[in-house]
Amino acid sequence: MSTLLETSGLTAFYGDFQALYGVDTTLAEGETVAVIGANGAGKSTLMRSIAGSVRQAPEMIRLNGTPIGHLSADRVNGVGVTLVPEGRRLFPSLTVEENLLIGGWRSARSGPWTLEEVYRLFPVLKDRRGNPAMALSGGQQQMVAIGRALMSNPKVLLCDEISLGLAPVVIRDIYAAVPSILERGASLIIVEQNIEQALGIADRVYCLMEGRITLEGRPGEIDRAAMHDAYFGVQA
Amino acid sequence: MIWVDTVVQGILLGGLYALFAAGLSLVFGIMRVVNLAHGDLIVMAAYLILVLVTALNLSPLIALLLAAPLMFAVGWLLQQLVLNRTVGEDVLPPLLVTFGLSVVIQNALLEGFNADSRRIGAGSLEIASFSVGPITIGVMPALTFATAILVTLALQLIFYRTALGRAFRATSDDPDTASLMGIRPGNIFAVATGLGMVVATIAALYLGMRANFDPTIGPARLIYAFEAVIIGGMGSLWGTLIGGIVIGVAQTVGAAIDPEWQILSGHLAFLVILLVRPRGLFPAGGR
Ligand SMILES: Nc1ncnc2c1ncn2[C@@H]1O[C@H](COP(=O)(O)OP(=O)(O)OP(=O)(O)O)[C@@H](O)[C@H]1O
Ligand SMILES: [Mg+2]
Repeated sequence: MSTLLETSGLTAFYGDFQALYGVDTTLAEGETVAVIGANGAGKSTLMRSIAGSVRQAPEMIRLNGTPIGHLSADRVNGVGVTLVPEGRRLFPSLTVEENLLIGGWRSARSGPWTLEEVYRLFPVLKDRRGNPAMALSGGQQQMVAIGRALMSNPKVLLCDEISLGLAPVVIRDIYAAVPSILERGASLIIVEQNIEQALGIADRVYCLMEGRITLEGRPGEIDRAAMHDAYFGVQA
Repeated sequence: MIWVDTVVQGILLGGLYALFAAGLSLVFGIMRVVNLAHGDLIVMAAYLILVLVTALNLSPLIALLLAAPLMFAVGWLLQQLVLNRTVGEDVLPPLLVTFGLSVVIQNALLEGFNADSRRIGAGSLEIASFSVGPITIGVMPALTFATAILVTLALQLIFYRTALGRAFRATSDDPDTASLMGIRPGNIFAVATGLGMVVATIAALYLGMRANFDPTIGPARLIYAFEAVIIGGMGSLWGTLIGGIVIGVAQTVGAAIDPEWQILSGHLAFLVILLVRPRGLFPAGGR
């Protein structure tokens, strides 16, 4: 499998505060990678850096070997990397369908995902297409957020805590969409606080703690005690 | 019957104020900033039309068709080169910059055209009128009002029925998330300001055909526009049209009582509505 996306020595700052200290990750074509870590570990910062919301030195992030760290968010979207942001961030002035259509703003990137395909993936959205996005339940809003990102036909889909605040049965519905997304050619990076969820879905897992990768491996091969240490820090 | 006539004339006059305000309302609805140079940009557009009419011997309507894309470019460049650097959490920088721009435009127009008052000749249209029952309606005020309705309708359609309008609303909601969706907020803002300038050019045509203008009258037009936007409710395009009508009717009714009261009663109507409904008649969100 060839490397699709790569971060190398990725650092990130909020003013004087350093949130990431040299993060190295890779994502292969067709792969699903999970990033886990406690609150404040820097998971969202990593996602936002890749998506271009936090600008970087060009070489810190590469897509198919091409440096993209310096690109603004709209251009990162244009080269095929789209973020489902933490907290969904739907547009309140727009209906469900308009939110989805905004995701396809760059019509230059054509691909398998159209309005019809998104409705096939999440049929409940079709019935609510004319509703204001904020009138939907949390789970349905999350489906809109994922569908909106898919409408850009991304090569890399970044999902930041798509299970946050949702009931287990709803989380299952949402994760049930992952195989279809992979089938249509996207590769995934999924940020999760729910470790079981992450281990269940991912080909590989990175554990992030205080801005550093503390553990990396395949779900079946990771030692639980090591994972505990990597997640919470080594117990004194 | 005289009162009916007064109110009808006021409603028609409101069309002119609504035209002054429509571009301001559009831009405010998207960027939440007030362009203090809006009135001066209208006056600038009026001079542009005047130059096209006199130098090229064009009819005012043809001159408008030429001036509109030029003013779109002016608005687009202004936003890209200057105003985009000022938008952000703080509302003060765009106010200060557009205030400065207002002064610059006035002085530039004074330099280029001197202080004489001018008019865009509209031939027989200027005095043509028709009767509806006992009421005599001027063709020019009727045209102005019809244009105001068409402009509002067009902006409303763009805003709620097109991909561009979706991008306007999404960017207005949340520029950061809009950029994650491939939208460049600065470009969207530039298109919005350009569109606002197209509307300002239409307003300028009527301003220049209906009355004399000189380089200094911009700020007074801005005040009417500003009041119309606030009366209607910030961010509501139909509200802005109603706001213009409220000012127009207040002015003609005031003038009917005492001609000296015309201007003042318009401002008084604004103050009263501000007291009773601080967020305007049709605040956005409750559209
Ligand atoms: N806009 C910001 N300004 C300043 N500091 C920030 C900002 N955003 C995040 N931080 C800080 O950066 C660190 C990493 O935050 P980040 O949101 O990336 O963590 P996270 O792993 O996504 O946490 P959570 O699980 O709570 O979403 C935290 O210490 C946080 O306080
Ligand atoms: Mg986070």
